[in-house]
Amino acid sequence: MSSKRVVLTFPPEVVEQPVVAIMVKQYEILTNILRAQVHEGEVGRMLVELEGDTKKIRAAIKYLKEIGVTVEDAIRDIALDESSCISCGACTAVCVPGALSLHGEEQELLLNRKKCILCGFCVDACPLQLIKVKF
Amino acid sequence: MKRTVSEINEKIKRGKVVVVRADEMTEIVRQEGAREAFEKVDVVTTGTFGPMCSSGAFLNLGQSDPPIKMSRVWLNDVPVCADLAAVDIYIGATAISEKAGMNYGGGHVIQDFVDGKSIRLRATGYGTDCYPRREIETYINKETVNQAFLFNPRNAYQNYSCATNGSERALYTYMGILLPKFGNITYSSAGQLSPLLNDPYYRTVGIGTRVFLCGAEGYVAWQGTQHKPSVKRTKKGFPVEPAGSLALTGDLKKMSSRFLRGARFHRYGATLFVGVGIPVPVLDDEMASFTGVGDDELETSVFDYSEQKRSRRKLGSVTYEELRSGKVELLGKSIPTAPLSSYKVAREIAETLKSWIAKGDFFLTEPVQPLPVEGDLKVLEAGRRKGGQVVQ
Repeated sequence: MSSKRVVLTFPPEVVEQPVVAIMVKQYEILTNILRAQVHEGEVGRMLVELEGDTKKIRAAIKYLKEIGVTVEDAIRDIALDESSCISCGACTAVCVPGALSLHGEEQELLLNRKKCILCGFCVDACPLQLIKVKF
Repeated sequence: MKRTVSEINEKIKRGKVVVVRADEMTEIVRQEGAREAFEKVDVVTTGTFGPMCSSGAFLNLGQSDPPIKMSRVWLNDVPVCADLAAVDIYIGATAISEKAGMNYGGGHVIQDFVDGKSIRLRATGYGTDCYPRREIETYINKETVNQAFLFNPRNAYQNYSCATNGSERALYTYMGILLPKFGNITYSSAGQLSPLLNDPYYRTVGIGTRVFLCGAEGYVAWQGTQHKPSVKRTKKGFPVEPAGSLALTGDLKKMSSRFLRGARFHRYGATLFVGVGIPVPVLDDEMASFTGVGDDELETSVFDYSEQKRSRRKLGSVTYEELRSGKVELLGKSIPTAPLSSYKVAREIAETLKSWIAKGDFFLTEPVQPLPVEGDLKVLEAGRRKGGQVVQ
């Protein structure tokens, strides 16, 4: 068993296919959709966590690539310009999973990427526009 | 026992002054009492670094040839006020760009100016015998203009209410993004570090007081707009809602963007983060006790911003200690809290001012004139139409 976070980019013609259902049913992969932008007739993007048998995950990714989906590792998914950050804390107001939080006597802002679900609310909440979320 | 400002300045001159940050003073007073703290400490430094919309800067651009009486002016496409003498302008922090919208505004122009960046100027005039030119386009920066000073009509608000949202949809406010169904509470005061909370009755701060303003020396010019000292206070005298405020001014060319930042609140607009630090002289036991205040003794009120009214219903009271803990119990549930002003930089401001005083680079002042200790706010009632005329 393993889990993997990937960003899927769907060409418009694939958007209408039940891709997630096929991954669940055919490849027995637990598919946790963390973020999605899917509209008919447009390029769709989805951040998913795939959990299941390592071989099956590999096979599912092969299937996705065959039908024209681009599969990328979601590693550099949230970017905070730390050198310009003033630790005001406004982003923590909307960070429900607690990936952005203030710490210590100094009340310094820290980003824990592991907790981030890439919802993107902090992008709007940062008054200095220092956060970018790519998925 | 008492001590005067001139005695403190004498100590600063001789390098003998004892100066601590407001959060350090809290510890000293707790451990040793106000009397001992007074004996020990001469000056307490405060700090705050938050979004303060009522801020802006006056610039004199220098005259062109042939000269122009500017009537409309844009800096980086942000409209600024030019309804003054020919080339005097005021950049309001909340003006927004006619091209980029809310993502770039007056506050950003001011920060770019402080950073020494080149700023695109566009101005038009109506043309007069003395000012024949009708338009000009060029670039300015802090080296090319004459005077440039920040003049902020309302800074360093003495306490501020917290915001929450009882509605079904997210609200986008100057208090940040408020999640639906009381999903969060935001607050903006620096609490125990906040300048006017360390001198609740303005005994030592008044017109003419020298302060830290955005990395440079600044001065209290006047009582701030909406200065409202007659509010409910705790037994010890600390206001539990927005009370006093200060109008501050200082040389923009000497400021640093470490302590001055253009900002935007999503779907609200542009503003400016302003860094203010005020030195509070410990003149007697009472001032020692005031400056010894801690976050657990400072209260503020929570309001539901989904009520789109002038007077919102108060949902409850919370202390800054509770707010800073990250969660408060309110309305029978645990609600996450978040600040909007930087405690980290507020502390850095108090520390910087402390080092200036300790090194003999900054001397304290006595107010030229005290601030009002009484006064309430007036409201604006909309008029109504009666027979083609507006009446009150």
